[in-house]
Amino acid sequence: MDLLGYGAFFLTTALIFSLVTLGLNLQWGLTGLFNVGLAGFVAIGAYTSALLTTPDDAARLGGFGLPILVGWLGAMVVGGIAAALTGMATLRLRSDYLAITTFGVAVVVQLVALNAQKLTGGPFGIGFIPRPFGSLAETPLLFNLSNLAVVSVVTLIAYLALEHLSRSPWGRVLKALREDERAAISLGKSARFYRVQAFAVGGAIMALAGALQAHFTGFIAPDNYLPILTFQVWVMLIVGGSGSNLGAVIGSILVWAIWAGSGTLTSILFPPEQQARAAALQIAAIGVMLCVILLIRPNGLFGDRPRRSRFSKRAKIAAGESSSGS
Amino acid sequence: MSLQFVVDGLLTGSMIGLGAIGVTLTYSILRFSNFAHGDFMAWGTYATLAVVSAIGAMVGKVAPIGPLSFGWPLIVALIVGMAFTALLALLLDKVLFARLRSQGQAIIVVMASFGASMALRSLLEFTFTSRPTYFSRAIQIAMPVGFGIRITPDQIALLLLTAVLVLGVHLLMTRTQTGRSMQALSQNAALARIVGIDVASVVRVTWVIGGALACVAGVMIGILVQIRPFMGFDMLLPMFAAAILGGIGSIPGAVLGGLIIGLAEAGAVQLIGAEWRAAVSFIILMAVLFVRPIGLFGVRER
Repeated sequence: MDLLGYGAFFLTTALIFSLVTLGLNLQWGLTGLFNVGLAGFVAIGAYTSALLTTPDDAARLGGFGLPILVGWLGAMVVGGIAAALTGMATLRLRSDYLAITTFGVAVVVQLVALNAQKLTGGPFGIGFIPRPFGSLAETPLLFNLSNLAVVSVVTLIAYLALEHLSRSPWGRVLKALREDERAAISLGKSARFYRVQAFAVGGAIMALAGALQAHFTGFIAPDNYLPILTFQVWVMLIVGGSGSNLGAVIGSILVWAIWAGSGTLTSILFPPEQQARAAALQIAAIGVMLCVILLIRPNGLFGDRPRRSRFSKRAKIAAGESSSGS
Repeated sequence: MSLQFVVDGLLTGSMIGLGAIGVTLTYSILRFSNFAHGDFMAWGTYATLAVVSAIGAMVGKVAPIGPLSFGWPLIVALIVGMAFTALLALLLDKVLFARLRSQGQAIIVVMASFGASMALRSLLEFTFTSRPTYFSRAIQIAMPVGFGIRITPDQIALLLLTAVLVLGVHLLMTRTQTGRSMQALSQNAALARIVGIDVASVVRVTWVIGGALACVAGVMIGILVQIRPFMGFDMLLPMFAAAILGGIGSIPGAVLGGLIIGLAEAGAVQLIGAEWRAAVSFIILMAVLFVRPIGLFGVRER
């Protein structure tokens, strides 16, 4: 019974990661937009939903006590807007600028989470976030299973919606832009407009994942959203194969299994005073793994067909576009 | 508001600027933003620290030079550290970046640098733990120099060192054949190859300069602040912001950008509070991207 409960807990976490990875797959896999600050968007979602749904708290702003679903919708809206703004600022420039800016977004979100006590509770975070089926908390197994059901349903909906989107005319434009920007533009598609949309939708999905996580654990703090989160999700997407939604989900479960498994292993093998060092070694190993996969099997387990070499010209084309456009 | 922020800002700006030179060179010549650059800083600093300790173990305690907090061992160690960091950068290029570059996917290289950055930093944390260390625990008395400004001998020495290094790199870039080859490659890679520029050697020089300066910047942080595995990663955003503010590919731009960001950070610390310091680079970065994305001294890419 214990094992079943842990299995449900494990899968719930893995599926929440899958949701972030699905958002990243829309941004990177489908559209070729590089987001190294996704932890920031996840955090925005978590904090937005927490603020909207927690009971009133005199120590900080809000605690509006709204229903959980409103919190999730709010998280998606705010996350989407934040991503759209980031995209609008940088998508007319070289692709690296988006990477640097998203990195900056994550740094600033982390700063706000830590320092804007009135809004985010500072380093102590926000507690008492309402949990769906919180009344079942006395029977952990039932509680874990019902949470798993909720998260599975949300992930499934997101998965089906993204599958549909990527086959729709909209998704085809994104793929066309990724593969051959000049051809797509010559067909009258505005590259920047479509990219901002894709980036915003991806950001909204990440924010939703953050909100789900917040309501699953009932407590959030700035430490949940360090760069290591961004890194984990990237490894998940690369292992699964960018461009494939199924790969994103399976890659997330697989990498989370490796991560949680090696974490358990280090906690058994190493004495408590060496735990922090062992954890650092674990991260280093996963970092090396990312680089090795990029070198040996850049398309991951379920990746899209290899990109054509034309892709490499994109930087130059983008530069040409910005100089003619402004 | 006290004018002390000018000295603090110039010092932070020197660290950012020295790091940003490496960022701007890799960006303009190898055409990718290297997220592992901050970790070159940290590795260089820990290497320098290791050499200082080794010298200390061999020859015993060495008296510091004049009023400075360090003696000749640190200077020797810094040179060893610079060489080490340059080699580290070359090695990482050989096993990782060069291979991915040859596949022609620019943004994959950026991602690989992100992975490498995580791995490098965690290895430092594994070896040295995340507890901060110091080159010297001695406390220096700051001398008043007028206008309410105080400065320590270490700070003067490091500002001078920065000035010398920046001048040196600037002369290298503008007065030597190597430097001109680097500029040519950054402005038009195809044309540079046609006129027979040895791309591989230019790439090597780029990594050597970037790595060595990253080490100096890291050691400056180590002397004036503290040594931590995250010291370089925390400098990443200011360095990127400085490189973009100055204009990609411009050495004077990177240094000026670094000084502007350093001064803005020091001013913000006085006016708003130290906890918001890291947001300054982001605000400047966004302002540049909206108003003048090619930066102060940038040229449009052809």
